[in-house]
Amino acid sequence: MDQHGLTEHTHSSFVPLQIRSERPKSKSITDFPAIDNRQDLWKYVNLDKLAGLDSDVLSEYTNQVSFQQVSGVGFAWIESTDPRVGSVGIPEDRVAAATYTNASRTLLIEINSDQTEPVFLNISGDSKEASALHILVIAKKHTHATLVLQHQGLGVLGEIVELDVQDEATLNLVSVQNWDAGSTHISAHFAKLGRNANLKHTTASFGGDFVRITPVTTFAGAGAEVEMNGVYFANSGQYIENRPFVDHASPNCKSRVTYKGALSGAKAHTVWIGDVLIRVAAEGTDTYELNRNLLLTDGARADSVPNLEIETGEIQGAGHASASGRFDDEQLFYLEARGIPESEARRLVVLGFLVEILQRTGVDSVIEQMTAVLEKKLEER
Amino acid sequence: MPELKISDLFVTVETEQGTKEILKGVNLTVKSGEIHAIMGPNGSGKSTLAYSIAGHPKYTVTGGSITLDGEDVLEMSVDERARAGLFLAMQYPVEIPGVSVSNFLRTAKTAIDGEAPALRTWIKDVKSAMEGLRMDPAFAERNVNEGFSGGEKKRHEILQMELLKPKFAVLDETDSGLDVDALKIVSEGVNRVHAANNMGVILITHYTRILNYIKPDYVHVFVDGKVAEEGGPELAARLEAEGYDRYAKAN
Ligand SMILES: Nc1ncnc2c1ncn2[C@@H]1O[C@H](COP(=O)(O)OP(=O)(O)OP(=O)(O)O)[C@@H](O)[C@H]1O
Ligand SMILES: [Mg+2]
Repeated sequence: MDQHGLTEHTHSSFVPLQIRSERPKSKSITDFPAIDNRQDLWKYVNLDKLAGLDSDVLSEYTNQVSFQQVSGVGFAWIESTDPRVGSVGIPEDRVAAATYTNASRTLLIEINSDQTEPVFLNISGDSKEASALHILVIAKKHTHATLVLQHQGLGVLGEIVELDVQDEATLNLVSVQNWDAGSTHISAHFAKLGRNANLKHTTASFGGDFVRITPVTTFAGAGAEVEMNGVYFANSGQYIENRPFVDHASPNCKSRVTYKGALSGAKAHTVWIGDVLIRVAAEGTDTYELNRNLLLTDGARADSVPNLEIETGEIQGAGHASASGRFDDEQLFYLEARGIPESEARRLVVLGFLVEILQRTGVDSVIEQMTAVLEKKLEER
Repeated sequence: MPELKISDLFVTVETEQGTKEILKGVNLTVKSGEIHAIMGPNGSGKSTLAYSIAGHPKYTVTGGSITLDGEDVLEMSVDERARAGLFLAMQYPVEIPGVSVSNFLRTAKTAIDGEAPALRTWIKDVKSAMEGLRMDPAFAERNVNEGFSGGEKKRHEILQMELLKPKFAVLDETDSGLDVDALKIVSEGVNRVHAANNMGVILITHYTRILNYIKPDYVHVFVDGKVAEEGGPELAARLEAEGYDRYAKAN
C-alpha cells in the first residue's frame, strides 16, 4: 500500500533511454563539445552556474582536503598517470573530463582492513576559484568500511570519486554536500563492484547554489549488491541534480535506488534522472528505483525521470516509481490527532521523510548534524 | 460531569462515484467513566464515526453536532480536539518514516500539556507504561509504526493513550489482530487509564471476547450509519449468537 499521499506514477511499461550504454567516454576535455542546453545531459542546467568548471584550466584542490590517519586505511596523493587512476570509471561529460585533465594528483584511499568506526574525509573550500579534485577509493577484498566525504565551506569544485569495491568487500560511502551559499559542485562518482561485493552509496545534498552528482555503479562480478540512496533539500535559488545510473553488466546482481527530496521556496529546482541498464549478460537481475519529492511551497520545481533499459528477458524483477507532490494527509492527521499543531506536524513529517535516508547510513554524526541542517532549512524559504 | 455528546450526526465522504452519505443521524452520549461498546457489521460506519469525532479532513459533517462538556467539537481543528481531551486509537495506525517513537511521544505530550514534561519523570513514565504493555524498550528508538506488527501497532496506540491521559477515548477495533495474551495486556492498559483518569470510552469491536476484560456499561448496535439498538452487556452476547440479520431485515 502506498503510504504517501503523493501522485504516484508506477510505470509498468519501460521508457527506453537514449542508449545510456553508448555515451561517449574520455579523459580529455577536448573530446567533449562546449556545454549547451540542447545536450540531454545538461538540459536542465543554468549554464551561468557552471562557474567555470567546464573550462580548460582548473586549479587543484589538495590543501582543502584533510583526513585523520587510522590504522588499516592508507591515504596517499599519487600521480594521476598511475594506472589505477581511471581504472574504475572514465568521464562521460565535459566537466568530469576537465576535472580529470586538471587534477594532476589523485587522493588514493586504500581500505586494507575492516573498520569499525566511520572514516572521515573533510573537503573544506574557501574560495570560488574553479578547482579539480580526484579521489580513488579501493576497498580491498573482504574488507568492511564506512567512508564519509564531507564537503563544506565555499567552493567551486569539479570532482571525480572512483570506488573500487573488490570481491566480497562491503563499502558504505556517504557524500555530504553541505556547502555555503555561492558554491558550485559537480561530481562524477564511479563505482565498480567485484563478485559478491556490497556498496551502500548515499548522497546528502543540502547546501550550495548548484550541486550536481552523477553516480554510476557498474557490476563487474556476479552476486553483487548496491543500494544507492540520496536525500536533498533545495531552498529558493538552489539547484540540485542527481543522476544515478546502475549498469547491470553481470548476472544475479541486485540494485535498489532510493532518492528523496524536498523543495521550499520560489526558485528551488531539483532534477533526478535515474537510469538502470540491464545488459544481456545480466540474467537474474533484481532492481528497483524510486524517487519522491515533496513540494513544500508553490513555485518550486522537481523534475523526476526514471529510465529502465532492458536487454535480457531473464530478470528477477525490475521496477521504478517516481512521485512528486504535497503532504501525506494521513501522516499529518495522525500527528495532529495527538495534539500536535499542524505546522509542527508538517515539520515532523518532512524531517522524517528525509531523515529516513540519513538513518540508512548508520553514521550517527552525519544523522545528527544533517538533521540540524534540515531543521534550519525548513525555516527558510 | 464531563460528557461527549453526539447528536443527530450526518456525515458524507467524497468517493469516485460522488458524495456518499455514511452516517445518517447518530445519537450517542458518553459520560466520564462510562464504557460504551459499539458493534455492527462491516461498512456500517463505525470507523467513520470515530474519524468524525477526531476531525479527519476526509469526512464532511453535513448535520448534527458533537460537543465535549458543552463545547462545540466540530468547530475545533484536529489538534485542538486532542488537546481538549479526545483520543482516537486507530483501526489502522499510520507509519511515519524517520520520526522516532520517543520523539513523537514527547512532542505529543508537550502539545497536549502545553509545556514540555519534566525529563526525568517523563522517561520513567514512558518506561513503566511500555513495561505495562510488554513493549520492548527498543520500540522507543524505532520510527512511528514503521515495520510494527499489527498487534504492536495496537499496543503503541494504547501506550499513547496511557501517556496522554485523554478525557474520552475512541478505540477503533483495538482488539483486532491481537493474540490472546496481547488482548489481555491491552485490555488491562485500557482499564488502568479508565480507572486512573475516569476516562470515558467508546469501544468499537466485532468480538465479545474483549468485553470479558473491558466491561461495557452500554452496548450499541450500529447499522447503516446509525445506532439501531441499545442495551446492556447482555446485548453483546445476543449479537454474537444471532448476528446482525435481524437489523438488516428491518431496513
Ligand atoms: N474515503 C472513502 N471513500 C469511499 N468510501 C468510503 C470512504 N470511507 C468510508 N467509506 C465507506 O463508508 C462505509 C463505512 O465505512 P467504515 O470504515 O466507517 O465502516 P466500519 O463500520 O468501520 O467497517 P469495519 O467493521 O469493516 O471496520 C463503507 O462502505 C466504506 O466503504
Ligand atoms: Mg472500521
